[in-house]
Amino acid sequence: MARHVVAAVGEIPPGGRKLVTLNGRDIGVFNLGGEYFALLNRCPHQGGALCQGTLTGLVTSTTPGEFTYARAGEMLKCPWHGWEYDIRTGQSWCDPEDTKVRLYPVTVEPGERLAKGPYVAETFTVSVEQAYIVVEV
Amino acid sequence: MTPDDGPAIARDRPAATRLKVIDCDIHHALPGPRALYPYLAQRWRDHLDRHGQRKPTPFVASSPYPKTAPALSRTDSWPPNGGPPGSDLGFLQEQLLDRYNIEYGLLHLLAPSGMDERNQDLGAALCRAINTWQHEHWTQQDQRLKAAIVVPGEDAAASVAEIEHWAGNPDFAQISMITHTIEPLGRRRYWPIYEAAVRHGLPVGLHTSGFNGHAPAASGWPSFYVEEQHVVALSQQALAISMVCEGVFARLPDLKVVMVESGFAWVPSVAWRLDAHWKRMREEVPHLAEPPSHYLRRNMWYTSQPSDEPENPEDLRQIIDWLGWDRVLFATDYPHWDMDNPDFAFRCRMSEAERRMIYAGNARAVYGFA
Repeated sequence: MARHVVAAVGEIPPGGRKLVTLNGRDIGVFNLGGEYFALLNRCPHQGGALCQGTLTGLVTSTTPGEFTYARAGEMLKCPWHGWEYDIRTGQSWCDPEDTKVRLYPVTVEPGERLAKGPYVAETFTVSVEQAYIVVEV
Repeated sequence: MTPDDGPAIARDRPAATRLKVIDCDIHHALPGPRALYPYLAQRWRDHLDRHGQRKPTPFVASSPYPKTAPALSRTDSWPPNGGPPGSDLGFLQEQLLDRYNIEYGLLHLLAPSGMDERNQDLGAALCRAINTWQHEHWTQQDQRLKAAIVVPGEDAAASVAEIEHWAGNPDFAQISMITHTIEPLGRRRYWPIYEAAVRHGLPVGLHTSGFNGHAPAASGWPSFYVEEQHVVALSQQALAISMVCEGVFARLPDLKVVMVESGFAWVPSVAWRLDAHWKRMREEVPHLAEPPSHYLRRNMWYTSQPSDEPENPEDLRQIIDWLGWDRVLFATDYPHWDMDNPDFAFRCRMSEAERRMIYAGNARAVYGFA
């Protein structure tokens, strides 16, 4: 596993995302209200580019005629067949036991610490004053 | 389906070792509402501007779109030309034909439909315009793509004229009609179209589509798209039963009908039930010399998408055994949201020979591709 600097903090706004390629893997990095999540950009169902999908909420119901809408922006819906994944866990909503999208560890680290390395940042000049989003792949 | 982070999907394998695919259901689209105007007489351009199309739908704007996704399509399929999904040949080549090693692709235009048009002269003009546009902008631009001759099927004479106009042109691999029709498609008013199809060796492709004012299932209008998504397959079953029982295939043993986007797991059970009824009531339909199952297996083929998915994926093998491995034709339905990726469409085991039949060989035989 190598650590990759993918963006400066502030570059991905809350509710936003950045698509990157790390170690040959297409990965989407999401900002969920200041928390960051990195998911493989490939739906386990039929291989669609999951991280290009819509961020949505979760509609649930306990009985016909009633519903709740919760967790706005925390479910990622595949652009192909609409499979929904929990962006926090990578779990599929309709098949949580068996279907999961790969999640990668994300940390936010000060430039000062990163300057000491080791990390991979082909396109970055790391400044000691700035904080960065780091994904481990 | 466990997490994996390998990029080992088919596009990474060298093309030479990959399975060739014939895709029996691709939806191209007009880039804009006036794209057919260059192919319509001034009389019809004025008519469309002043009167529009007159379709047999019960209410204005009652067509239930977007159907789970805008334009019913994958959200990543909107092309850079600014038009709707399926309207940009270059993007379709990139997202579908090149990526999945598609040797031939059968085009089905869903809208507009000349056959749905109540004004029959406009319907015929629209069909001619659509066919000319398909030829010029699609099949002449990429030889992998094969169009269907769209016909104004409620007017058999005009349909035969349209077939005669294009027959013999290798860019057109079949004839297509809508399926929600004024009468069930087995009725004799449609037979001249089937006779022309046989005369020219062209299959008839029937993709679930169209409006006839009736609910797609006779039990009434569906409340949800999830219902409608399946109910259209029920209407295809009624259509297949009509064609068999009216004697279309008894009269035209060489007629080939391809049922598009309605599944195939239902075919064995429909065949069993019809055969049982036929044994007891055959004096009512003496024109059926053979049991109904004979015609369902001899004259009809069934496209795969959306693939039937039994709880135990291996059970699908049993269903295809009952149906016949030569009956199933692979289809993606690109760019629609429920498209099947050829690499994932079937979750059961298949031998190399079975795979080759379903993904290309069966379609090659039906459509007579080299």
